[in-house]
Amino acid sequence: MAAPIDLHEVMEREREERFRTRWRVKACSSTACLSAGAGATIKAVEDLVEREDMALEVQVIPTGCMGLCSAGPLVRMMRRGGDESDYQKVTPEAAIEIVRSHVLDEQPVPEYELDVTMPFFTSQERVVLANGGVINPDRIESYVAHGGYQALEKALTTMKPKQVIEQIRLSRIRGRGGAGYPVASKWGLLASAPGKTKYVVANGDEGDPGAYMDRTIMEDDPHRVIEGIAIAAYATGASEAYIYVRAEYPRAIERLDRAIRVARRNRLLGRKILDTNFNLSVEVRIGAGAFVCGEETALLASIEGLRGTPRLRPPYPTEKGLWGAPTMINNVETLANIAPIIDRGGEWFASLGTEKSTGTKVFALAGDITNTGLIEVPMGTSLREIVADIGGGVPNGKEFKAAQTGGPSGGCIPAKFLDTSVDYDSLRELGSIMGSGGLIVMDEDVKMPDVAKYFMEFSMDESCGKCTPCRAGTVQMHSLLQRLTEGNGSKQDLRDLEHLCSVVRDTSLCGLGQAAPNPVISTLQYFRSEYEALIHEEEVVHA
Amino acid sequence: MSDTTTRRVVEASNRQQGDHPSGDNRFELVDKHLKRARYEQDQLIETLHVAQDVFGYLSEDILIYVARALRLPPSMVYGVATFYHLFTFEPPGDHSCTVCTGTACFVKGADAIVQGVSDAYSVPTGETSADGSLTLKTARCLGSCGLAPVVVLDGSVLSHQNAESTLELVGTAVGGEG
Repeated sequence: MAAPIDLHEVMEREREERFRTRWRVKACSSTACLSAGAGATIKAVEDLVEREDMALEVQVIPTGCMGLCSAGPLVRMMRRGGDESDYQKVTPEAAIEIVRSHVLDEQPVPEYELDVTMPFFTSQERVVLANGGVINPDRIESYVAHGGYQALEKALTTMKPKQVIEQIRLSRIRGRGGAGYPVASKWGLLASAPGKTKYVVANGDEGDPGAYMDRTIMEDDPHRVIEGIAIAAYATGASEAYIYVRAEYPRAIERLDRAIRVARRNRLLGRKILDTNFNLSVEVRIGAGAFVCGEETALLASIEGLRGTPRLRPPYPTEKGLWGAPTMINNVETLANIAPIIDRGGEWFASLGTEKSTGTKVFALAGDITNTGLIEVPMGTSLREIVADIGGGVPNGKEFKAAQTGGPSGGCIPAKFLDTSVDYDSLRELGSIMGSGGLIVMDEDVKMPDVAKYFMEFSMDESCGKCTPCRAGTVQMHSLLQRLTEGNGSKQDLRDLEHLCSVVRDTSLCGLGQAAPNPVISTLQYFRSEYEALIHEEEVVHA
Repeated sequence: MSDTTTRRVVEASNRQQGDHPSGDNRFELVDKHLKRARYEQDQLIETLHVAQDVFGYLSEDILIYVARALRLPPSMVYGVATFYHLFTFEPPGDHSCTVCTGTACFVKGADAIVQGVSDAYSVPTGETSADGSLTLKTARCLGSCGLAPVVVLDGSVLSHQNAESTLELVGTAVGGEG
């Protein structure tokens, strides 16, 4: 058996490597920037370095997401021990100009410079995304150089499983998948469950349209997810783990697979991890396009190779999960928070955010907003700060109308609640949910009944068909919305719709069905007049 | 299909005809996966992914082959395969156009793009045009919301699309063949 990785030696080696050249060019190579042409940009810089013999002066480092996706491709020039300049919309030609100007003339290129003093950057607090734009996701050494696997080493060599859970309890972290269940309680349940075989499952089945936080975490910092899983397994006594990733994320699957192999080779997974008595195997399982598989019991069915249909709880997965054994399911973002908590202590984490919602939350900011991209803010930040300051407001002189959170299970928050603090409980009071973190801004042109219909169509398509309220109810609600939005609806249709909303919410088997009416309920609550305006006649008699 | 898969498919079909009992050497790639997965029944979804990657779609024969290999009832394999959206049972067209209809793309007018392509090539969403030249699909969310609306044409991501720009590019791709 090979010796385990020496974290401190790797750190030293990486530090030397970092200062080997005078310049480091960090280029965002996450999906959004690649779509915007980052591949050609990086190639252009690499060619330039070779052509002009700059290899002793410049190293090119592809990194994960830097955040401001709408300004991609993003490039950062870093001088040894000194200044940094960030650039936006860097075409291959621009990249050559920028690198030459810095290296040969020590001059920045103002034309493409990105203002990092704008609120988009200064109002963020990066914990989960700390490594985004910093490390090279393909190299474990890069992760280790930035403190990676220190938390796992600390937990395995200096803490008892109970002490690990105690730190999680102190952090008061709640599940990032949407419902906000206290993480420490779940861990405690699995730890106290009887039996030798226990499983930890990372939920990376990010199905909400408009959300790509988990994808970014898995693609840009795969080792962080693995480290979180390993700490969770150690604390709860599990020896097998799965990462369930949706098939729509091939890059995430590839990077996680590779990261698992590399971690095993370095004795960070497998048998006798870091020469302790802790063993853990981790495997990636791939979804096949079913939103309902984000629901934990459906997800477990899918891992077992079955149709992804949910089942009644209890028994909860912590009692009876994968193949009947106790199983704990944590969201990928939750697991990405674990290493920092163990590293810096639960109390530090609890000092971020609000009393009841601690820590930070990653949001995917999209829709009618100037700065689209991935942001991370302390819980409790106001919606106004996110939309107006960080997001740069609604473009084209249009008015803000609503923000949609929580995807098909969430709701729309109107302008009058812009000062709401974004945390689990405040959003729930407004009839929406935190969800996994998609935040879509809509301007005055968006018609709310259309939005409701859009989400209902989604829920209708994705209903697994196991229980009647969801299978039949979503179809009926969708046809009512269809009739209303086409201008053929009646007052009775609206009454039927409202009635169905409560029936489906109260009687569906799983969270998907129970939450399916939410977009309708919340748009009816805040934008009822738009529905009423669609009804032209007093009563329409349907044939 | 990824580049590596394409290469493996070409290699497999170049080998001596009849190496595999079925006469179609692409089944070797499925066998290889099954072997690695030790014929575990819970590997059904992964196996279907591999088979679809290799063959482009899941025909009845392929489903029966997988069922036999994993010792599962064909009805169950069919049930699982049809449950998940990503599996397809018809051969795909020469070109594929996938329009993202995630929330951000929806807000920015993805519907008009789907309608535009659907009308121009008289192909309903999720199907292939009569001449087999184009498959039109929608995706729930490609997670590139900063580039909305997003269209994926033959594997390359097109950002900030509208109906006209997409139609032009689809026209070039499809027409470029003829």
